[in-house]
Amino acid sequence: MGKFKPGDRVRVRAEDRPGHIRTPFYIRGKVGTVERVHGEFLNPELLAYGRDGLPKRVLYLVSFNQKEIWEEYGGSPKDRLYADIYEHWLEAAQHKV
Amino acid sequence: MARGHHDIGGMPAGPIDRTEHELSDWELLADAVNQALGAKGIKRTDETRRTREEMDPELYRSLSYYERWIVSMEQILIEKEILTREEIDKKLAEIEKRWGSG
Repeated sequence: MGKFKPGDRVRVRAEDRPGHIRTPFYIRGKVGTVERVHGEFLNPELLAYGRDGLPKRVLYLVSFNQKEIWEEYGGSPKDRLYADIYEHWLEAAQHKV
Repeated sequence: MARGHHDIGGMPAGPIDRTEHELSDWELLADAVNQALGAKGIKRTDETRRTREEMDPELYRSLSYYERWIVSMEQILIEKEILTREEIDKKLAEIEKRWGSG
């Protein structure tokens, strides 16, 4: 199910559009790794406007290096941040760690 | 890239107040009404989130957590033509008369 599988490198779209979006500011444009495919869910960005939420969207658990998210991060370089992100917010990224 | 007034992850915010506090009756009531509207299929969480995001940023920042919930529920009920702004204001005026506005 879905375009991506665990281990795939993905970039979160640095998209800017008005309205209810389910991808926080701090994660947009960042590159991470797909950890898990959660499954298909009604699209909350449509449900927010009283619509039916169809078509369903695939939701992924994506992990990021904390250091890449927060410039001044002072913890271990191995620390990771995990976020649930819908497929329409992701694009394939180069395989480079 | 623009960030909404609700989208504050990672912004400096100072220390977190971790002291326990009791909820007021009106806060419990706000939660109950919110759950009832959900259970009756009148609104979804995504809709109340969206209405909080659409609020005037100054107003949003000035309101407490459950005050934001109440404003968003009012907005949903007005959008869905279940209540009108006039009906809500009229009822509020009645209650203020009964209890005092303090």
